[in-house]
Amino acid sequence: MSISIKNITKSFKDITAVNNISFDVNEGELFGLIGPDGAGKTTIFRILTTLLFADKGTAIVADFDVVKDYKSIRNHVGYMPGKFSLYQDLTVEENLEFFATIFGTTIEKNYDLIKDIYIQIEPFKNRRAGKLSGGMKQKLALCCALIHKPKVLFLDEPTTGVDPVSRKEFWEMLKRLQQKGITILVSTPYMDEAALCDRIALIQDGKILEIDTPQEIIKHFPKKIYDVKADGMYELLLNLNKYEYNYSVFPFGEFVHYTDKREDFNPKELYQFLEKSGCKNITIQPTKTTIEDTFMELAK
Amino acid sequence: MKDNNVIQAKNLTKKFGDFTAVNSITFEVKKGEIFGFLGANGAGKTTAMKMLIGISIPTSGKAQVAGFDIFTNPEDIKKNIGYMSQKFALYDDLTVKENITFFGGIYGLSKEQIKKKRNQLVEELGLKEIVNELVGSLPLGWKQKLAFSVALLHNPKIIFLDEPTGGVDPITRRQFWEMIYKTANSGTTVFVTTHYMDEAEYCDRVSIMVDGKIEALDTPKKLKEQFKVTSMNDVFLKLARG
Repeated sequence: MSISIKNITKSFKDITAVNNISFDVNEGELFGLIGPDGAGKTTIFRILTTLLFADKGTAIVADFDVVKDYKSIRNHVGYMPGKFSLYQDLTVEENLEFFATIFGTTIEKNYDLIKDIYIQIEPFKNRRAGKLSGGMKQKLALCCALIHKPKVLFLDEPTTGVDPVSRKEFWEMLKRLQQKGITILVSTPYMDEAALCDRIALIQDGKILEIDTPQEIIKHFPKKIYDVKADGMYELLLNLNKYEYNYSVFPFGEFVHYTDKREDFNPKELYQFLEKSGCKNITIQPTKTTIEDTFMELAK
Repeated sequence: MKDNNVIQAKNLTKKFGDFTAVNSITFEVKKGEIFGFLGANGAGKTTAMKMLIGISIPTSGKAQVAGFDIFTNPEDIKKNIGYMSQKFALYDDLTVKENITFFGGIYGLSKEQIKKKRNQLVEELGLKEIVNELVGSLPLGWKQKLAFSVALLHNPKIIFLDEPTGGVDPITRRQFWEMIYKTANSGTTVFVTTHYMDEAEYCDRVSIMVDGKIEALDTPKKLKEQFKVTSMNDVFLKLARG
């Protein structure tokens, strides 16, 4: 086991940020903490990286206890916080050298691990970190978190506010790091990224809603979902919300995801209802469940 | 400016030294439209938006927003638009009530108008129990819904939303979009940026900026046909990676 958390609880004044959470991450696994702002993800990261004491519970990272062995853990984990935390006044190269030195190593020694990522920012190695674009800052931060060849990598919302192209590239980098044997715990508010993890924990209000592989989590969804479409999204939503048998109505891209309360739901009836309500060009067809559907069902 | 266009930009350009952040963009936005303004980080969206809301002077080009010229009447533009971003929305150290009153005052509403609007908002958003709570103590989703309503206090012709749903949970994200639909339906134009590609599908029309230029502009349906793909995510990946 690379990470093992048992009954961890942490409160700040009267807010319970993390509420009796337990989970394990296997060696070499890419594990995702999926949940919105305020779910407790950052608090979990800070406890696991020894920057914060839990009120209750225990946690082991890379065979070390987060309280007793905090100094040892720090040599074996890499942490990329959600907020950019490198030295803005140092250049790209100086930041990297600084972190290598702190960990008693050199850039050359572990260059293999960061090469893929570093060559993308190397043309700017003499630029101050504060002057880099968002995407480049993110790559530099990842290099700095990897320079001491950690066993476990913690990434707190590395892709928040990042455009879809850069997000895709970032996840390709993570997959390559995983192949090099590094265990990765990553958090994200983007549900589409959940499908790229080996296993995920859905988390909200300090509690874990479910832990499993993305494929299994999707299977647990209790209803058949239909894609509904018509001219005028707003009218369609209003009408679906008026329909007495609706179980859930959520916009999903160009469609509305609709589920019905009844076991023997016949889409034709819904079609007739929408037609009578004045909707035009109606289509209703069964569709696949996504992680986001499951999350919303569990978070209800 | 045509009567039903609330934004009209022609060859709008902004340079910082040698760097052209926005490179001669031309587009129109209609009254009551939900207009998605997409692009990769650093493509020039924020710079373009700053020019449209009257806080950055273009290097060249022309634009009218809410009926006013961005060169000669930026102050009139500010009075006729609403603006909300993920980074700055409301004051955390003021209560819900104080924030509404403060922004109502800034927008020049009378005391009676503010009171009326405040009661209306409290009712519509179900804020009765938290009206005297500090905004800083509210969940992000609540803050964003309140910020959106506050940006609409003065009945602007256009509301600019800069990544309004970043990091918000999926249910609240959808409730937020229902508010957007309602607003557009009542005739207010919504100009919105987002990194969620499913939200791009909710827009009437979408523009995609790449390296300072608008490389695509159409309805989501037509963009998908044009690029022969099935989702806006794929449209974006095809364009922005190029």
